[in-house]
Amino acid sequence: MDMNWIEIGDLSDIPLRGARCVKTPQGKIAVFRTAENDVFAIEDHCPHKGGPLSQGIVHGRAVTCPLHNWVISLETGKALGADEGAVRTIPVRNEGGKLSIALENLMLAAAE
Amino acid sequence: MAQKLVIIGAGMASGRMLEHLFEASPGAFDVTLFGSEPRGNYNRIMLSPVLAGEKTYEQIVTHDADWYASHGVTCRFGETVTKIDRKEKVIFTAKGATPYDKLVVATGSAPFIIPIAGKDLPGVRAFRDLDDVDAMVAAAGKPNAKAVVIGGGLLGLEAAAALRLRGMEVVVLHLMGHLMERQLDPAAGYLLQKELESRGIKVHCKAQTTAILGKDRVEAVGLDDGTVYPADIVVMAVGIRPEVRVATDAGLYVERGIVVNDQMVSSDPDILAVGECVEHERICYGLVAPLYDMAKVAAKTLLKQDAAFRPVETATQLKVTGVSLYSAGDFADGEDRQEIVLRDASAGIYKRLVLKENRILGAVLYGETGDGAWFFDMLRKGTDVSDMRETLIFGQAYQGGSPLDPMAAVAALPDDAEICGCNGVCKSKIVGTITEKGLTSLDDVRAHTKASASCGSCTGLVEQLMKLTLGDSYNPAAVTPMCTCTDLGHDDVRRLIKAKGLKTIPAVMQELEWKTSCGCAKCRPALNYYLVCDWPDEYADDYQSRYINERVHANIQKDGTYSVVPRMWGGVTNAKELRAIADVVDKFNVPLVKVTGGQRIDLLGIEKEDLPAVWADLGQAGFVSGQAYAKGLRTVKTCVGSDWCRFGTQDSTGLGIRIEKFMWGSWTPAKLKLAVSGCPRNCAEATCKDIGVICVDSGFEIHFAGAAGLDIKGTDKLGLVGTEDEALEVIVALTQMYREQARYLERIYKWAKRVGHDEIRRQVLDDKERRKAFYDRFVFSQKFAQVDPWSERVSGKDKHEFKPMATVEYAGA
Ligand SMILES: Cc1cc2nc3c(=O)[nH]c(=O)nc-3n(C[C@H](O)[C@H](O)[C@H](O)COP(=O)(O)OP(=O)(O)OC[C@H]3O[C@@H](n4cnc5c(N)ncnc54)[C@H](O)[C@@H]3O)c2cc1C
Ligand code: HEM
Ligand code: SF4
Ligand code: SF4
Ligand code: FES
Repeated sequence: MDMNWIEIGDLSDIPLRGARCVKTPQGKIAVFRTAENDVFAIEDHCPHKGGPLSQGIVHGRAVTCPLHNWVISLETGKALGADEGAVRTIPVRNEGGKLSIALENLMLAAAE
Repeated sequence: MAQKLVIIGAGMASGRMLEHLFEASPGAFDVTLFGSEPRGNYNRIMLSPVLAGEKTYEQIVTHDADWYASHGVTCRFGETVTKIDRKEKVIFTAKGATPYDKLVVATGSAPFIIPIAGKDLPGVRAFRDLDDVDAMVAAAGKPNAKAVVIGGGLLGLEAAAALRLRGMEVVVLHLMGHLMERQLDPAAGYLLQKELESRGIKVHCKAQTTAILGKDRVEAVGLDDGTVYPADIVVMAVGIRPEVRVATDAGLYVERGIVVNDQMVSSDPDILAVGECVEHERICYGLVAPLYDMAKVAAKTLLKQDAAFRPVETATQLKVTGVSLYSAGDFADGEDRQEIVLRDASAGIYKRLVLKENRILGAVLYGETGDGAWFFDMLRKGTDVSDMRETLIFGQAYQGGSPLDPMAAVAALPDDAEICGCNGVCKSKIVGTITEKGLTSLDDVRAHTKASASCGSCTGLVEQLMKLTLGDSYNPAAVTPMCTCTDLGHDDVRRLIKAKGLKTIPAVMQELEWKTSCGCAKCRPALNYYLVCDWPDEYADDYQSRYINERVHANIQKDGTYSVVPRMWGGVTNAKELRAIADVVDKFNVPLVKVTGGQRIDLLGIEKEDLPAVWADLGQAGFVSGQAYAKGLRTVKTCVGSDWCRFGTQDSTGLGIRIEKFMWGSWTPAKLKLAVSGCPRNCAEATCKDIGVICVDSGFEIHFAGAAGLDIKGTDKLGLVGTEDEALEVIVALTQMYREQARYLERIYKWAKRVGHDEIRRQVLDDKERRKAFYDRFVFSQKFAQVDPWSERVSGKDKHEFKPMATVEYAGA
């Protein structure tokens, strides 16, 4: 499958232990920056009832959903603990602070 | 027939001796137990936490009525033995004579009272038994009460810290140049003094007390340099001497204490002695560990078994929460002795070892006491330390490679390392008993091994051992931890934040040994709140540790849109405000406009990106955030009151608005909702609020601790005050007390239930000085909290929150 890397901005655009979202035609994607400056991207759509994961509290390599406190792994997209469910993870690249994500469609291009 | 055993003194030593006796040979003796105190055996060591209010007397009782009954002990509490007739083998109390076959003297010590004028005035106490504690607690109950503690040793400092925790103004008078001069050198004494002073305890060294002043009871203490300290209570903690009067009168051989041989037998073969009243090989002891050894030996001697008491080294800790100080062994100077000292003033650490011929004689650790058990182990064994002298002071972790984590350090301790100093319990005994008996809780381990059952300062070590032995199946049940990132409960964390002066989330996690790298969604918001509350001027709010609602200052809805609730002070609005709201509704196509339960208007279904623009328009009309999302002040509902209503007694609307304008913006442990009703008809439903006011002709009834959510609960009346000003002050003080003490997410009614409504009433209503102090701290923190978050964001703060980072579209679209 073709991977299309799309620049989305700078690492510094995201607060430490925070997240921003990227709007795409395939839905919103949440991009996270952990305390250790690792970057992850997952669908911004909680497997439970669709809560916006980008609005949750980031801790370790996980985020707690703001609606009902499911904890989602940023690495695997899977719900941790007793809950079951998963969201799609999206490849991210960090090249000297410039962030890109890979989407599976050649037709995409960044605007903004 | 069973022999008659009579015991004088129901203290720690005799209690322990009876346990050994009944365990080995139940029914061998017919026991009569005399005690001057009107109560049975309890854990005297724990009087300090009782004085501090951290424990209750019931929690420190070691033997209760059932225990005595089941072992057939005749209890004669409240009776002092005045005479021993050795020829007839009887003892006497005010109530008459009691014969014995064997007698055990366990009279402990008497506190030393310095012979100065005024020493007998009411209000001058020692710190020895529960009556002393009760007297001190009673004195602390007075508003603005003052205490003077004479003596800056272990006992005096524990008393001072505890009285301070009770809210008293405390001065410590110490004769020597620095505190605890027996254990500490001047620099370390100074570290300790600074720590105590930071808690508000005044320390006066080189203080020669000349008189205790007062007419009917103590009023002040005078020093030879002319200083006079006012005092409602004076605590003498200058030392103890063995209580030997009854033994001396009976003609037993007494030096400083009752002289005994290795079998604990005195100069009379039918009389034994145990405890602090004893002198063995010219040594009198003042700590429980050796006394427990004596108790064991005495029980065996009574049962005609072989046993011998040998002198032991003792170690002790200062039991002041938040201060770690450990000392063991002997510190006297001497030609042939060397010292190794480590100081790290910035970290508040001091360690001192006294060596003789490459063996440790004494160890003092301040600020970091984790290696205490290791040093003490080598001290007792006389380990030759020449190989590790260079690095010895850095502790066990530095011996042989990389630093160990605390668990590994415990794992590395030898099997015979002493874990519980009070009860002389070693590591293998604890581990062995856990496995053998299948123990799973700390209480079980205490019951079976006695480890951590006396002063409790080894609890951490014992728990680590349990963890080591039981693996993950052990989880300490004593307190419910805040979350899985720590073993500490909310109350401990709050206390330690204050005690250690921790001012950032990383500092808390570092110092309190968080188990995760950056916490979780449970502890981070709680810590953020505690720090905002405790250090309003210094702490920089960590937005990434706030729930989304508080981060973007709006309420998230189930579809990810937000709702916006502007403040309407006291539920009052006007045409201009309503028009502005109507315009916003039109401009942003707000799907739903609803009147809330809190007397204001909610605009629902707003996209996150639109929030700043909505706020900007609302701000133009003078609206600020209603904080309907906050763990903080939400609404103050009012009725129309005396301005309009025919029943109204006071201007309830005006008071409600005044309260809301005063208190808006403040963060609280959980949401805080208020209401003011103009008369007892209570149209504003003030009696189910966190705090409510019912106006009456004579003033303002203040209510609190109501609930109308998942639980429903009417409020309790806090009290009646005469003026609006006073009503405001009481409400604010109550809020501040709640802010400072409650656990995060704990509503006022749950907190109040825990603390006790009477206690709250005492602190914010009756004690005017304390009320004012709470009020002042609230006012101070409002300086930093009363910033409208909406206008801040309209002018650009946290812009990133409201915009997508990027928008990706189909190419060419
Ligand atoms: C506040 C405080 C904190 C302490 N902290 C520690 C600590 O952290 N670690 C530590 O190791 N030690 C500590 N100690 C010391 C420890 O409590 C004592 O070493 C221990 O209690 C002594 O035990 P005992 O049985 O010899 O005497 P006690 O426990 O004092 O018992 C003696 C009893 O005999 C009674 N009595 C005396 N004379 C008569 C009589 N003629 N007739 C009838 N009854 C009589 C007394 O009223 C008393 O109840 C502390 C002491 C205090 C007061
Ligand atoms: C996610 C959950 C919740 C949301 C979004 C929510 C939202 C709201 C809002 C917007 C208001 C109007 C308040 C105002 O004007 O400031 C309100 C009022 C109220 N809420 Fe909630 N709430 C929630 C959970 C709860 C819970 C758990 C309780 C009970 C414990 C509760 C009890 C109340 C009460 C009693 C009122 C009326 C206040 C009054 O009459 O003074 N709410 N709620
Ligand atoms: S509470 Fe009393 S004063 Fe207020 S509106 Fe109701 S009846 Fe009138
Ligand atoms: S009562 Fe329940 S459903 Fe209704 S707003 Fe409150 S929390 Fe939501
Ligand atoms: S939608 Fe995420 S936990 Fe319910």
